[in-house]
Amino acid sequence: MGEMEQMKKEAEGLKTQIEAARKAVNDTDMASAAAGVAPAPRVQLKTRRTLKGHLAKIYAMHWCTDNRLMVSASQDGKLLIWDSHSGNKVNAVPLKSSWVMTCAYAPSGNLVASGGLDNMCTVYNLKTPVIKTVKELDAHAGYLSCCRFLSDNEILTASGDTTCALWDLETGKQTTVFLSHVGDCMCLALSPDNNSFISGACDSLAKLWDIRDGQCKQTFLGHTSDINAISFLPSGNAVVTGSDDCTCKMYDLRADQEVICYQDAALNSGVTSLALSMSGRLVFAGYDDFNCNIWDSLKGEKVGVLSGHDNRVSCTGVPADGMCVCTGSWDSFLKIWN
Amino acid sequence: MSSNSTLTTMRRTVEQLKLEASVERIKVSQAAADLQQFCLQNASKDSLLVGVPAASNPFREPRSCTLL
Repeated sequence: MGEMEQMKKEAEGLKTQIEAARKAVNDTDMASAAAGVAPAPRVQLKTRRTLKGHLAKIYAMHWCTDNRLMVSASQDGKLLIWDSHSGNKVNAVPLKSSWVMTCAYAPSGNLVASGGLDNMCTVYNLKTPVIKTVKELDAHAGYLSCCRFLSDNEILTASGDTTCALWDLETGKQTTVFLSHVGDCMCLALSPDNNSFISGACDSLAKLWDIRDGQCKQTFLGHTSDINAISFLPSGNAVVTGSDDCTCKMYDLRADQEVICYQDAALNSGVTSLALSMSGRLVFAGYDDFNCNIWDSLKGEKVGVLSGHDNRVSCTGVPADGMCVCTGSWDSFLKIWN
Repeated sequence: MSSNSTLTTMRRTVEQLKLEASVERIKVSQAAADLQQFCLQNASKDSLLVGVPAASNPFREPRSCTLL
């Protein structure tokens, strides 16, 4: 038998082995296990702020760690920094390329980053007298779908070139490239302890990576289409994904498998974005059908809906203190709810 | 694609699968219990779950005082 044939056999054998090992620990499902848990209350949130200022579709937003400022990105070619309490715009950053797909706020609050069809991640300093571009990170061979700062010195990116990368912001070079996905990477999320991150891609897989050694540690199957959104549970032991297959799923990292699926026969729109409440009990998922559905993460039941946008909800975010949820839409508005 | 690069890719795939196969797994019942515990322990601090009193809600419109 040729080496190729041998390896194909070995690969199939390993896949079967993994499937069997997952089945062996699959002694229940989350919903059944949560039968004794009191149902989450019906969640009825009010729009507290409607942030108007963008002139075109909003593609991304990200909260600052101060729980007050946030950055949003629109294909009107601007990043806007908002004070969510007053509803005022604090800063506007004009972009070289208006085809923006992602934005991020550094934990320090000093920097923001954006990127998109220009294949680059551009980092801006908000604290200089005039906002300055501090780095243009240019090495991806495809669009930038997501970026997240680890610190003022390091940023993670996900790209349509199927890779994710860790960059050194002083040198502007990639420190590590994360290779394993076979489809465009669409989203990434940092673990609470900053040692690992999870990525979702158009190959319908979610992958867990060790940031320092660059290895893919675990691969999660189940979705049948692009994974557009991904988030860690605050506990750090599970992740939630949202997909074009119209479902969200929770994967437990230690059980190494899907443990619950958030779906409804009546829902036939893709999931574009998601965010979790502070305890991890509520999943806020934005859909193509202009709504944001709220799911009870333990029981898998829909417990509320945020209606108010006139177009697709493209981004969702809950600040670190869990005080509210922000939705951004193709209707050019951001709304703050609690 | 040259047969060499396909071979290399295949070798990498097998190595990756070996790594993923060696992961230690806990029972789903254990994972579920831990998740429930975390959610319930933090429930009282979760404003979106339990609500936030108007007085301490930074997003609430400030009410004007009426002097009677």
